[in-house]
Amino acid sequence: MCTNDKDKICQGKEEWEECVSKMQDRPHKFMTVSSVPIKPLYTPEDIQGQSYMTELNYPGSYPYTRGVQANMYRGRLWTMRQFAGFASAVESNERYKYLLSQGQTGLSVAFDMPTIMGYDSDHPRAFGEVGRVGVAIDSLDDMETLFSGIPLDKITTSMTINAPAAILWSLYIATAEKQGVASHKLGGTIQNDILKEYIAQKSWIFPPEPSLRLITDIFAFACQHVPKWNTVSISGYHIREAGSTAVQELAFTLANGFAYVEAGMAAGLDVDAFAPRLSFFFNAHIDFFEEIAKYRAARRIWARRMKEKYGAKDERSLLLRFHTQTAGCSLTAQQAENNIVRTAYEAMAAVLGGTQSLHTNSMDEVLALPSEKSVRIALRTQQIIAEETGVVNTIDPLAGSYFVEALTNYMEEEAEKYFLRIGSFGGVLPAIAAGFFQQEIADAAYRYLQEIERNERIIVGVNDYIIEEHQQVDLLKIDPQIELEQHKRVQNVRAKRDNIVCANRLEALRKAAGTSDNLIPYILDAVRAYSTEGEIIQVLREVFGEYKEKPIF
Amino acid sequence: MNTERKIRVLVAKPGLDGHDRGAKVVARALRDAGMEVVYTGLHQTPEQIVEAAIQEDVDMIGLSVLSGAHMTIFPRICELLKENNAEDIIVMGGGIISDDDIKELIDGGYAGALFTPGIRTGEIIKWIRSTMTEKLS
Repeated sequence: MCTNDKDKICQGKEEWEECVSKMQDRPHKFMTVSSVPIKPLYTPEDIQGQSYMTELNYPGSYPYTRGVQANMYRGRLWTMRQFAGFASAVESNERYKYLLSQGQTGLSVAFDMPTIMGYDSDHPRAFGEVGRVGVAIDSLDDMETLFSGIPLDKITTSMTINAPAAILWSLYIATAEKQGVASHKLGGTIQNDILKEYIAQKSWIFPPEPSLRLITDIFAFACQHVPKWNTVSISGYHIREAGSTAVQELAFTLANGFAYVEAGMAAGLDVDAFAPRLSFFFNAHIDFFEEIAKYRAARRIWARRMKEKYGAKDERSLLLRFHTQTAGCSLTAQQAENNIVRTAYEAMAAVLGGTQSLHTNSMDEVLALPSEKSVRIALRTQQIIAEETGVVNTIDPLAGSYFVEALTNYMEEEAEKYFLRIGSFGGVLPAIAAGFFQQEIADAAYRYLQEIERNERIIVGVNDYIIEEHQQVDLLKIDPQIELEQHKRVQNVRAKRDNIVCANRLEALRKAAGTSDNLIPYILDAVRAYSTEGEIIQVLREVFGEYKEKPIF
Repeated sequence: MNTERKIRVLVAKPGLDGHDRGAKVVARALRDAGMEVVYTGLHQTPEQIVEAAIQEDVDMIGLSVLSGAHMTIFPRICELLKENNAEDIIVMGGGIISDDDIKELIDGGYAGALFTPGIRTGEIIKWIRSTMTEKLS
């Protein structure tokens, strides 16, 4: 009967093809946002031979294609986690309290560029950048203010920080100590993904090897003292924002993940001791099905490699848990209100792809930091998906779609091809040194731009459906006075603290950095004594050196 | 054979942020349009940018600024060009810059042109060519 059925399907397809060949397609390139050509129709033939149990299985079961939990959103919705932070710790603390009062369930801290690059606010390189794209944090004093009145044992916090992650994490732990909260009760995430910095976001300080050592020190310290913390958020988001395709985002991110696993194992850690705390962060771009396929493929690839290649035994090591943010690069400055619609579709894709937490961009983020109203609309977008659309009623509702399954398989196959190419360089670090990722992303970004300029790709309001408009969005402005006030604050800290204790602890850190000791206890001691971030980074910079990129375009 | 000197442009990325997607695609579009393009790479100080511009003997500097620091960076670059007797180098730029700030920078003579997201690279190329023709005539 099966064969019979198959024959009928085959015959029906021939008839359909003949019929459709007499019809004319619109003059349009039918491809994804990543330029993957899409067929007019997908049929059982496209997933022929696919075994349900091997490729999909049930949610919460290997290889987790359908989701990491057995009950997914019927058990608990994703965490609605809006990224926020601006100006000083005082202003950001107010915004956090506002977001929590509006039903947000976790915090997500954005730091300013000097904090991200390891400079104190009064360093000459910080000039003009203090508090602009996030909050300025110089010492424990600022961190205590940032979380003032927010009990750290009751919420989870995600911190977008990479090169100086060990320091900001230590500041968080020390702040919790001051609140009387023990470190084993803390939950949250530090991004701490330095590899994607060299590849895409470019906020590096030290060369790759000492940077990886800091990361494995964090893995080891967390196992013992902060067991509920996600020690790294392996990020495709920035790779995508830099212009990569969906396949590149998937492949480069997972390759980085495997590199962290290998680094942890090389540092002598048991894979199951740290792998359960690895988490991921993906982009949700505008191409609905391609994104959903990407998330499903990511879970399957991760589970397979962790089990088969790295010998993980603990089931939690196999689970690819991820945060998603909608694509900043898909938003347009033109007719900015349209960004609400784009973001809503992107958020829906993330939910249908089984995300664990989500940030929805505000419509005005393309122009400046978002206003309170646009942040609220962005949060409401998630709440509407969760409460009104019904997509959360059943798990992985798109499974079994010929198209979605075929696209999921395609993403996995293409990612595997990239793993081979990365392997041919000798791994992620040599591929970074050779500029491989950087060139691949630059090529994809340029191709995308050309498609838009040739009108092969229409961006509403940009190269079609244009109106004359004057920017009328109500924007959040950062008062230049903030920078001067932050100077005073950090100078005050330096004047008030015990400078001898401080110097001794920095010296102890310097000595330890030259050995293979775990550096986290030394950094914790330094921040407890109110050493500033810039001082700690400077000590490490003197021992580790600085990274220099060969610019390519 | 065309013996005309190619237009030389320094694409520069001041500030601490790493958003180089725009700088890179513009650099490549200018190169494809037959210009000589030098890209500074990231995290450059105004001093480093002006030094590179003079050393590379460029006709123009294109500054890509997405950090919101444009109101300090453009005037500072112009000031340094003046100090180094290199005011003949034309400054232009792009990034997330509000209409009001664009007016202020152009009226103040700190930038020849400023391009915002969504601009076609063809427009940038056209502006560079016509500005250079004007300058040489």
